[in-house]
Amino acid sequence: MTLMTEAAPKKTPLYDEHVRLGAKMIPFGDWIMPVQYSGIIDEHQAVRKNVGVFDISHMGQLVARGVRAGAWLNEMLTNNIDKLEVGTGQYTFLLNEHGGIIDDLIVYRTAPETFLLVVNASRTDEDFAWLQKHLGDNATLENRSADFGGVAIQGPRITELFQAMVGQEAELPARNQIRDFDAGGIKLTIARTGYTGEDGVEVFFAAKDAAKVWNDILGKGKELGIRPCGLGARDTLRLEMCYPLNGSDLSPDHNPIEAGLGFFVDLKKPKFVGREVLADAKENGTPNRLVAFRMKGKGPPPRPHYSVWREGERIGETTSGSLSPSLNEGIGMAYVAAAHAKVGTEIEIEIRDRKLPAVIEKKPLYKKP
Amino acid sequence: MNVPDDLYYAESHEWVRVEGGNARVGITDHAQAELTDVVYVELPKVGAKATAKGQIAVVESVKAASDIYAPVSGTVVEANKALEGNPALINTDPFGEGWIFVLKMDDPEQVKQLKDAAGYRAAIG
Repeated sequence: MTLMTEAAPKKTPLYDEHVRLGAKMIPFGDWIMPVQYSGIIDEHQAVRKNVGVFDISHMGQLVARGVRAGAWLNEMLTNNIDKLEVGTGQYTFLLNEHGGIIDDLIVYRTAPETFLLVVNASRTDEDFAWLQKHLGDNATLENRSADFGGVAIQGPRITELFQAMVGQEAELPARNQIRDFDAGGIKLTIARTGYTGEDGVEVFFAAKDAAKVWNDILGKGKELGIRPCGLGARDTLRLEMCYPLNGSDLSPDHNPIEAGLGFFVDLKKPKFVGREVLADAKENGTPNRLVAFRMKGKGPPPRPHYSVWREGERIGETTSGSLSPSLNEGIGMAYVAAAHAKVGTEIEIEIRDRKLPAVIEKKPLYKKP
Repeated sequence: MNVPDDLYYAESHEWVRVEGGNARVGITDHAQAELTDVVYVELPKVGAKATAKGQIAVVESVKAASDIYAPVSGTVVEANKALEGNPALINTDPFGEGWIFVLKMDDPEQVKQLKDAAGYRAAIG
């Protein structure tokens, strides 16, 4: 077998902590990131049952400001910024002129005329360049990624951990809300968001405070059964929920309607980049659809880029796949021809020259018991 | 990291235990620790011909599928069916119950081209 040991150049402010904890580090785009500490299944279960903490410092943080910043972002992003009250965020897409997805992100209104965009690590520079190129009047854009770190704390015991961190009287922000807190003199910006399907938060702070915040979380989480969690568990947790991963399930070759994410596209807005293509896709349908599927019976787990078949015809390709630690079955997502995209459709996944039975399922694949 | 002295090792992290003219093969403790959580093993068919350094089996962790290479040339005479029900044996007992297959070697001298325990220890640092 071949083992990966190649090093990548960019390190998050938590790199030394990961190494000290014995994490297995792997290249992830330009970054070197922890893929696992105690093991993917152990970390996954910790998040489903107790609580886990993930380093998300590699994610990009862009700040838009100005009297026209909101109006300008509304023409750049698919969701409706006007619906955002101060202290609230929404999931949204940045598209190219063909309606293809450059990035999926969360935009928060942190002050009446200030917006924080949290974007995918691998797309940060591209997003920044694209937005700069299309920058409107009376708006500025700053890339603060290098100066800030972030962690996601996810799992049913989040309230106990949150209160241990910022005070027993403190209340968690409501779902999709973001607020500043003080934790022993360190400023934490905490949003009630996540990528696991569990209750939880994403926490942003100055890069210089990263190690202190991380160790404080692990220390206070100890009696709650906390685990530091890597990219491996992050991927299995999000896949069980059918949350898309940019670069795998989303790309400039696909639009949000095809991906089944039209909920985050407001076609009532008169104007945004990619609007015409999306309006047409919504009206007339798309040739392919992103579906979730489950393998039937025991067998090898599906992986990205496997062919999908139905009755001897190749109908698509997988974009994500793994063993689901919660369901103990192979699960995945695939773009398939729209005619075969209905829930309940029997399909086959080609794994090393064998076609193994699977079925298209409703999203999400995992529901809390 | 456990590296038993009585085995031969391939650079690609398979081990070989010589049993007369046969070679019992698995993956090393180091390899299973790197993979963790083995969830599926694609075993070779009994009777299959294996070529040294040729792909012969697949071990899948949660994260990825990894090819397993035949350390020496030969014919598969046994595959570890216990791994079908319990692939995690590769994690819990990589040099014992977690063996993957047995080859009848074409040329038993071929194992001498593999590393000994000291050589493998040096290779994995």
